[in-house]
Amino acid sequence: MTIDWIAFTPWWSLIGGILIGIAAALLVLFNGRVAGISGIVAGLLHPRHPDTAWRIAFVLGLVVAPIVYVLLDRAPMIVIDAGYPLLVAAGLLVGIGTRYGAGCTSGHGVCGISRLSPRSIVATIVFIVAGMLTVFVMRYALG
Amino acid sequence: MNKSLFAFAAGLLFGIGLIVSGMANPRKVLGFLDVAGAWDPSLAMVMVGAIAVGLFAFARAGRRSTSLLGAPMQLPTTRDIDRRLIVGSALFGVGWGLVGFCPGPALVALGAGRVKALVFAVAMLAGMIVFEWIERSRGEGRGTSDAERVVAD
Repeated sequence: MTIDWIAFTPWWSLIGGILIGIAAALLVLFNGRVAGISGIVAGLLHPRHPDTAWRIAFVLGLVVAPIVYVLLDRAPMIVIDAGYPLLVAAGLLVGIGTRYGAGCTSGHGVCGISRLSPRSIVATIVFIVAGMLTVFVMRYALG
Repeated sequence: MNKSLFAFAAGLLFGIGLIVSGMANPRKVLGFLDVAGAWDPSLAMVMVGAIAVGLFAFARAGRRSTSLLGAPMQLPTTRDIDRRLIVGSALFGVGWGLVGFCPGPALVALGAGRVKALVFAVAMLAGMIVFEWIERSRGEGRGTSDAERVVAD
């Protein structure tokens, strides 16, 4: 294993992680809700629910974040190397998978582990390992 | 109204955290998942930071029955480690590893005006709708619909 020291940004990643933690804390302490993004988005597929307003507000906050970030600092670094067919396939898998598994990186990886939920710890290990295997297959077995 | 205001603030802060940490950058996410190549372990620090704060917040939340705004405290109650959890998380991990997007960063990149993020997000919503169709068609046989339950998470 070799570490990519040039790309390594431990402090910025830690600071960003703390901001994410504070955001999840705000949502659970003030709204009584878990900041699970796949779940929040999926809830919008049933707009008759009485809690549609806060879900829209949360998603809007996420979408507006890069615009606020530009005003505070500079254009966010977002490099998407994948082509369109792969983006469609990945989107479908993420949509179906996060619903079957009832959570994603935020709901299981951040909030679930913070709740010390064994279920979320297992889910997080499974999706990180699956992601690592996928990158390995795409870059070294097929690439 | 207040609930929406706090939800917006939480979403905004969450999104900025994703950008600052590097999670919103698919190339960096793939660098984290590429343990066989030149590995960039930065994103492990995202979890360290987020969970360090989250542990305190969720411990407090767990002792309350209502939120600070008087809303019911709705924490997940499911505890099963079953096939659904494993298979679902594995499918999600494969999708994540294919392009480096999970749901939050895709919405952030969408806000940054990336057409590729829009394509991913539309496919993701389609995937969620497909899931509900499958659940509904299964549920009709049993007389219960898991889709209703799952949305409550």
